[in-house]
Parts: sequence; C-alpha cells; structure tokens
Amino acid sequence: MPRPAIRDYSLTGPDGAAAVENGRAGAQWYATPIARARMKQLMQRRDGPAIRDTLIWFAALGLSGGLGIALWGSWRAVLPFAVYGVLYGSAADSRWHETSHGTAFRTRWMNIALYHLSCFMMLREPVVWRWSHARHHTDTLIVGRDPEISSPRPPDFLQLLLKLFAIPGGIKSLRHILLHSLHRLSPEEATFIPPMEHHKVYTLARIWLAILGAIAALCLALHSILPAMLIGLPTFYGAWLSLVFGLTQHAGLAEDVTDHRLNCRTVYMNPLLRFLYWNMNYHVEHHMFPMVPYHALKALHAEIKADCPAPYPSLFAAYREILPALLRQKRDPSYFVPRPAPARAPVSQAA
Amino acid sequence: MPQIIDLCATSDIESEDVIRVDREGHSFAVYHAPGGKFYVTSGLCTHEAVHLADGLVMEHIIECPKHNGRFDYRTGEAKGAPACVNLRIFPVTLAGGRVTIALS
Ligand code: FES
Repeated sequence: MPRPAIRDYSLTGPDGAAAVENGRAGAQWYATPIARARMKQLMQRRDGPAIRDTLIWFAALGLSGGLGIALWGSWRAVLPFAVYGVLYGSAADSRWHETSHGTAFRTRWMNIALYHLSCFMMLREPVVWRWSHARHHTDTLIVGRDPEISSPRPPDFLQLLLKLFAIPGGIKSLRHILLHSLHRLSPEEATFIPPMEHHKVYTLARIWLAILGAIAALCLALHSILPAMLIGLPTFYGAWLSLVFGLTQHAGLAEDVTDHRLNCRTVYMNPLLRFLYWNMNYHVEHHMFPMVPYHALKALHAEIKADCPAPYPSLFAAYREILPALLRQKRDPSYFVPRPAPARAPVSQAA
Repeated sequence: MPQIIDLCATSDIESEDVIRVDREGHSFAVYHAPGGKFYVTSGLCTHEAVHLADGLVMEHIIECPKHNGRFDYRTGEAKGAPACVNLRIFPVTLAGGRVTIALS
C-alpha cells in the first residue's frame, strides 16, 4: 500500500496502531557484529572523564554567570550571558541524555545527581523523559511510536525557528509540570509511562513548581530578572545550539526503518563542540549500542565505521544535506535522504 | 518433578560476565560473579524482552543493553526504571564443572 503523504505522529493515532500491528514497533534492529571481548571493553564505565568534564562545565558556568552578574546593567553583560546560556540551555541537553542512560559515570549516585540537575536545566521532567527516551530507542523514528521525532514531515519552519529558543518545548514542559502537579498525565504520556512510576512524576512536578515559584518570587522581591537570567530563562535563550546539534541526529532521514544506519547521522565535530555535545555526534554508534559511554563512542566509531554509511565531515556538511531535504519535504512529505548502508562487515576482533 | 537442565561448563564464562543459553524453549542468562559463584536468571529483560547476555555485568548487577535497565542477578531485583519488574531467578547446582538448574 502506498504510504499516505501526511502521517499522524501522535502516539495515540492510527500510525502508532499500524506500527504495532505490522511489527515495526518493538522490532529487532540491525547491529554490527562486534566480538564480545571488545564490546565489554567499550562498555566499561569510568568516573574520570565525566568528573573532569563536569568540573570544567561547572567552572565555565560559574565564570560566565559570575561575569554576567558583575556586568549586569551594562551591554557588556550580553556576551557572558550568551556563553552562560549555551552552557546551560544547550550543554545540559547532552548531560541529561547521557546520564539518562546511566553511562556517564561508573558511580551510580553521580549519574542520578547530574541527571536531575541537567533535566531541570532543560525543563525536562526526569521520569517522563526517561520513559520517553526509552521509547525513542526502542522505536527510533517509527511514526506514531517515537515521542521524540524533532522534525515531522512536512517540516514546520516556524516551529523550528521557535525551537531555537526552546519555545514550543518549554511552554509544553511548563504546561505539563502544572498538569502533573495536579496528579494528572497527558494521554500520550500514559502510553509510555507505566502506572507504578506515575507518583514520581507528580512529586517531582511539585518540587519543580516550588523551585520555579521561588525564582519568580525572588525576581519580584529584587525588582530584577537577574535571578531568572541565571536559573530558568537560560533554558530558552541558550537553547539554539542544542537544536543545531539535535537536528543533525535524524532530520530528513528515513522513517519506519529498523536500521540505525539509515535513520541516524554521525557527524565529525571539533573537540569544543564534542565537549558541549558529549560526543552525541556519533549518533549511529549511540543508537546501535546505547550502553557504550560517551567517552568510548569515538573508539566504537572506529570499530563499526566500515559497516556504516560515510560520516559527515562537518556540521556544515550535514546541514548542506539537511536544509535542502527539509525544503523538499515541505513540498513532498514522502521524501527522505537515502543512506547507503555497506554490505555487512566481518566481525571485529578484541583489541 | 523439577526438570534438571544442564546449561554450560563453568569455564565457558569469564569472571564478571554473562552468557546466553537457550534450552527447552527458554532463554537463560548464566552469570559468573566476581568471587567465583554462578547465577542463572531468565535471559530476557522484563522491560522489553531483550537478551541480557548482550549487556554489561558490573559486580552483581546486569545492565540491559537496550535501555540500561539494571537488575541484581543474585536476587533478580529490578534496580530502577525502565527495569521495574523483577527477573526470574533459578537456583544453581555446580557439579563436575557444569552449571545446572532445576526447572519446575
Ligand atoms: S529492554 Fe531492558 S531495560 Fe529496556
């Protein structure tokens, strides 16, 4: 049957039901064969890299935020706040993500602590996003199943523009925090959060509401938005880089396939961008083997690249494909960028 | 009468590792714990029926390869979302260098 031009991306619509019926939901996905001994090396957890990166991140946040406070009231505060915003509203995106997988640190409490902090910075409720992200990994870009498809077809360019400042997601989060604080879930959330986890959603929503309320009260008491410039607003004014990174992951690629080589991009980036993005530019690798920590993704890439389509040499090269693809999808929603997956590579050996 | 099932040799599994063994229509995960003890659980994650033997063993925890759900393989206890339902465990007998279980 020909695929309808406009799909229903909601999790409660006919496309989701069809995915369950035809076996695309919860399907077996392709994985490059890697020898168990090598895989065990790649999966090994370490505290060192994430402690180092987190200390650098906190120091950079402290420095830029401190400069912003010191220069508050003058135009010279714009630059430090621009840096602070990106460190907060964009770098926290990859931190919540990695810690949601529990792979950033070896020590469990460190993963949990950084997960809750970075979730708050991104206004992503910890329990909701843990389950939503699990679904994203089970059914990556399966229409009607994946709650994290960032560029549905046909693309909505106004939405994408607003996403540069996290406006659609931020407003939705604030609405949902309110809803959850009233002990209610949206119908979509009810499809992927099991009942035994609902009470955690409600409790955390109330805690977050209290923190956000305290920040608002402090702003009112001080007659200044400075407290919100440090906590809360950077989620919005610093979000642009996380969209720039995030669109490279899947935008314009095939939906409803069960091979991450066809619906994910691996993009080479410089060390600064990789620090901010915690190596999520190795996105095929991350999806194929989500238990490999961010600090081992470069090594995993070397292991499987012969079995994957050619990586994009730069962010610029990725966008040279993404932007025309989105423009074309506006006219023809059935269009996608075909990625040529090489013939199966031989099993790699342990180093 | 419980059925005795021979799963593997103790030497088949490295210390702090797991292997998959399929027998009698069931899939099992057989663990070699640090310290030399052996444990057997159901081979499939209780979250989405993924084979745990592709995951990572860290001391007494098996971490699922799909969404990193964690279980204590000695007790089967699920240690947190998205692993919320405990794993089935099987009492192990070691004899003559073989790992066996009794399946009721
Ligand atoms: S399948 Fe094991 S945690 Fe999801």
